[in-house]
This record gives sequence, C-alpha cells and structure tokens, in this order.
Amino acid sequence: MRRDYTLYLFAALGTFLIAYIAVPIAVIFLKQASDVGMLVKTLHDPYVIEAIRNSLLTATATALIALLLGVPLGYVLARKDFPGKSAVQALVDVPIVIPHSVVGIMLLVTFSNSILDSYRGIIAAMLFVSAPFTINAARDGFLAVDEKLEAVARTLGASRWRAFLSISFPMAFPSIASGAIMTWARAISEVGAILIVAYYPKTAQVLILEYFNNYGLRASRPIAVIMVSLSLGIFVILRWLVGRKNAGS
Amino acid sequence: MLEVRGISKDYREFHLRDVTFSVGRGEHFIVLGPSGAGKTVLLEVIAGIIEPDSGRIFLNGEDITDLPPEKRGLAYIPQNYALFPNMSVFDNIAFGLKVRKVPKAEIEQKVRELSEVLGISHLLKRKPKTLSGGEQQRVAIARALAVEPELLLLDEPFANLDVQTRGRLINEMKRWKKELGFTALHVTHSFEEAVSLGDRVGVMLNGRLVQVGPVREVFSRPASEEVAKFLGFENIVEGVAEGRVLRANGLVIELPIEASGKIRIGIRPEDIVLSDEPLKSSMRNTFQAEVVGIEELGPLVRVRLKVDGVELSAFVTRSSVLELGIEAGKNVWVGFKASAVHVF
Repeated sequence: MRRDYTLYLFAALGTFLIAYIAVPIAVIFLKQASDVGMLVKTLHDPYVIEAIRNSLLTATATALIALLLGVPLGYVLARKDFPGKSAVQALVDVPIVIPHSVVGIMLLVTFSNSILDSYRGIIAAMLFVSAPFTINAARDGFLAVDEKLEAVARTLGASRWRAFLSISFPMAFPSIASGAIMTWARAISEVGAILIVAYYPKTAQVLILEYFNNYGLRASRPIAVIMVSLSLGIFVILRWLVGRKNAGS
Repeated sequence: MLEVRGISKDYREFHLRDVTFSVGRGEHFIVLGPSGAGKTVLLEVIAGIIEPDSGRIFLNGEDITDLPPEKRGLAYIPQNYALFPNMSVFDNIAFGLKVRKVPKAEIEQKVRELSEVLGISHLLKRKPKTLSGGEQQRVAIARALAVEPELLLLDEPFANLDVQTRGRLINEMKRWKKELGFTALHVTHSFEEAVSLGDRVGVMLNGRLVQVGPVREVFSRPASEEVAKFLGFENIVEGVAEGRVLRANGLVIELPIEASGKIRIGIRPEDIVLSDEPLKSSMRNTFQAEVVGIEELGPLVRVRLKVDGVELSAFVTRSSVLELGIEAGKNVWVGFKASAVHVF
C-alpha cells in the first residue's frame, strides 16, 4: 500500500502543538507532586480559598449574564438582516483583539468608581473579554437551525416566542452551551483587565500573580495547580455533558 | 375560500408578478410550473412567512394579508417536510394541538386517529431522522392536518421520494383526501401530480400565473405558446376505467395497465397517427374522427380532432397535411398505441 506521507508530515507538525500544550500542564503537576507539603499548606490558607471562591463565582456569573444577553443577540444576528449588521458582527469580535490591560483601562475610564475594586468590576472585566464566545456560538447554533422549522411551527399556531422556545433553542442548545463553557473558561482565565479594574476582592488569578511577586515561584505554584485542576476539571465535565446530550438527540 | 389578489413580490432571484387566483373549499388546486418559477415564494407569501410587496390575500372573505402565520389557520408543508428533529413523531404531530392547549386525552386520540389513516401508527415513538422519505411525508401531513387547517399548503410534496414511493403515495393521497376531506394548495413541477390530484391547475411561468382552469382544459387548450411548450401533454382524457379499458364519452380506449374508477389519461399529440383510410397496424386504439381545426406551428401542424364527445390534438408534418388533404370538416382515421397512453 502506498503511504500517505503528506498526512504523516501534517500529523507530526501538529503533534508539536499538542505536546507544547500538554507538557507544561504535566510538568507543573509533576513538580508539585514532589512538594506536597506546600500544596497542603496552601489548601489550608483561607486567603487562597477565598480567592478561588471569588474566581469561580464571578466566572459563573459572567457566563450566566453572557447567556442572558448573548443568546437573544445571537438569534437576531442569525435571523434578521438589518442596516449596520456587519458593523455589529465586527464589534462583537473586537474584545478578542484588544489587549486586556487596555480593556481594563477603557472600562475604568468609562465606569470609574462604580466598578472599581468590586465584584461588579471583576464581572465587568470578564464579560467584556469573554461574551463574544457565547454570542458567536449562539449565532452559529441558530444559523444551523433550518428557518423552515420555525415557519412550520408558526403556521401550526405557535408564536415566534413559542417557536423559539420549543424548536430553535433546544436545537441550538449544544452550540450555545459550548459557547457558554468557553465564556466561563475565558472569564476564569482573565487577569489583565481584572488587575486594573478590581485588584480586590481578590481572585485566584490575581493572587497567583501577587504570591509570585512577593514570595516567588514556590509559593505561587500550588495555587496555580489548584486553579488548573479546578478549571480543567469543570471544563472537561461540562464539555462531556454537552457532548453526551448532543450525541443522544 | 382562499382568494389571492394581485400578489407581487421580489424575493432573491424570484419575482412574483400580479398573481391572482382562488381556491374553493374541498378543492385540490395545483400550481404547476418549472423550478425557479417562484412557486415556493408564492406559498410562503400565502402562509405569512414572506410579506408581499403588493396585493391582498383573503381567507373566507377576511383579509389576512397583515396577519402573522400563526393567526392564519393555514398549514404549510415545505419540500423538505421540516419535521422537528428534536421531537418524536408523536410530539411532531401533536405540536399544533399542544400550542392550542388541547387537553391531553384529546391530543392522544387525534394523533392516533390521524396516524391510523396515514399508516404511521407504528412510528409514533421514533425520531424523524430515522424515517424514510415517504414516512416523513406522512408525518408532515399528519402534523399539518392535526390542527384542522382551513387549507393545506404543499410544496413539492412528492419531489424527494423515489419513483415507486411517489406513485404509491400519490394514489394514497387521493384516499386520504376522501377520508379526511381537506382543501389543498399544492405546488409542483410534475405533470403527473397535477393530472392525478388536481381539480384545477394554475400554470406558473417566470413568476406569473399565466393560465388557470380545470386540469383537462388547461392541458388540452393551452392559452399561449409558452404554456403549450411547457405542458407538452395536450390530450388529457377523463373517463371511467375497468381493467384495461377506459370509457370516456362514448370512446373506448385500451390502456397499457389495469386501472379502475374515475381516472385521467394523457396522450402526447406527436403519438397520434392520422390516416385517410382505416389503419391496418398493431395499434390497439383506432377511431374515426372529424377534423375541427388546423393550426400551423412552424414545421408542424396541430390538427384538432373530435372523436365522439372527446377532443384530441395531433401533430403532423406539413407535407402529411397536404398528402392527406386534411381540412376542417374532413373525416379521418386516428390511431395511437396503448403504450402511448399515460395513465395518471
């Protein structure tokens, strides 16, 4: 049999990236494994627990807000043509290209004291950088739902709202859910904008940076490990749940 | 019952122009036209999914042009059937009833009744994805009929089916219509569907409804050359079949297949042979006829004939007209093979 060398070459090149992502994750865990004492100590540090709780809560709140506002926007973008639509589409993607420190400064300049050093500020920063994932995923999800399905539902007596609830939303749900998961993941990994807008209440991301600056690598690594375990764990479980629901329907 | 007045609409590459027609209660009205004529746009305008640029639509005398689709009481079945993939067959059929908050027991009964008639009772628990094309079509029809719509809007209902299933389902639709008694506006490019199912037909070319009338009349008397060109079949004979014989207005025609009951047959004008003496050939259908008219069509001549109570058109060459001395009032012999007869 003739061998497909092109494919082998591509696979080899791609493997580099996979390794590049996987190796640091593995290494940080391995390194930490030789320093269990520090990990246990960190787990008993109320400061750390508080920060992790803040991170999880704000990221979850961000994902919920993104869902509440992003799903309707995604639906409009998928179903309606209007003047300026392409401008709106472009604007949705803008947060991805703005440096996150700049995001923080823009938000602070705009909202100043109302978001400074508060949960509101953390969520504001997270939402700005992570909402595009939910919006785009919702739009793509709705685009994949045949408009005729809604048309038929309506001729059968369903209002647009009812057709949305019973047809379009359930069908677009897997896409929307993975968008929301991406939003959550992006939110919990945000540092730059939060540093500027809301250094306090302290989130785990900021705390890692602070410990690194004040006490060095050995002190910050355990928090990093805990954060990676938590966010990876939740990310994987959610993806698995969505994937399972997807395959089942 | 449905009255469409002067509908015009520019939608993507389709241009509806001043479309006017009406559908009576219990009627099966066919809009017949080549693909790209704008038939689907017309249906969606009537369903309320697309807004017309001008014109009005009336249902039972009430102007419904500005009503949203859910307030019109018309059920739309798109070409791909658009079954809800996230619901079981039962839930698909029950959808319109659930929206109307019909009591559960009543929904159950209605769904059972309909699926019985349509022969899909065994599929109720399945998901639409797992159904064959013919099964999907039945489910779509059941779902539409469940809400007892004033009018069924059918977009190419048989186009996605293989030839055998199509033939069977066309016949079944006649039965469903009798048992369930619905009014249908049916859009298609297929002559077979038009002739088999249609009470009246409207021919749609380039966004215009160019001719409307009873099926037989439209086919046998195309109003213009473009209609004639599009239809091709000019001889549609209606009669009562018994076995391999059709009796129509005193004429006895031998059929290529067995049939029974009231049916229509079609014969292409180029398949009819003329002669000035009794035909001696294997042709099973030969009759004496009177020439009632002659029309020149370039190299061909259309001869209009009267055979007892039935009118037929035949195409012959100009030279045969001269040879046979065909002129209005002359008696000739006509013949066509049983195999040239298309039974609808």
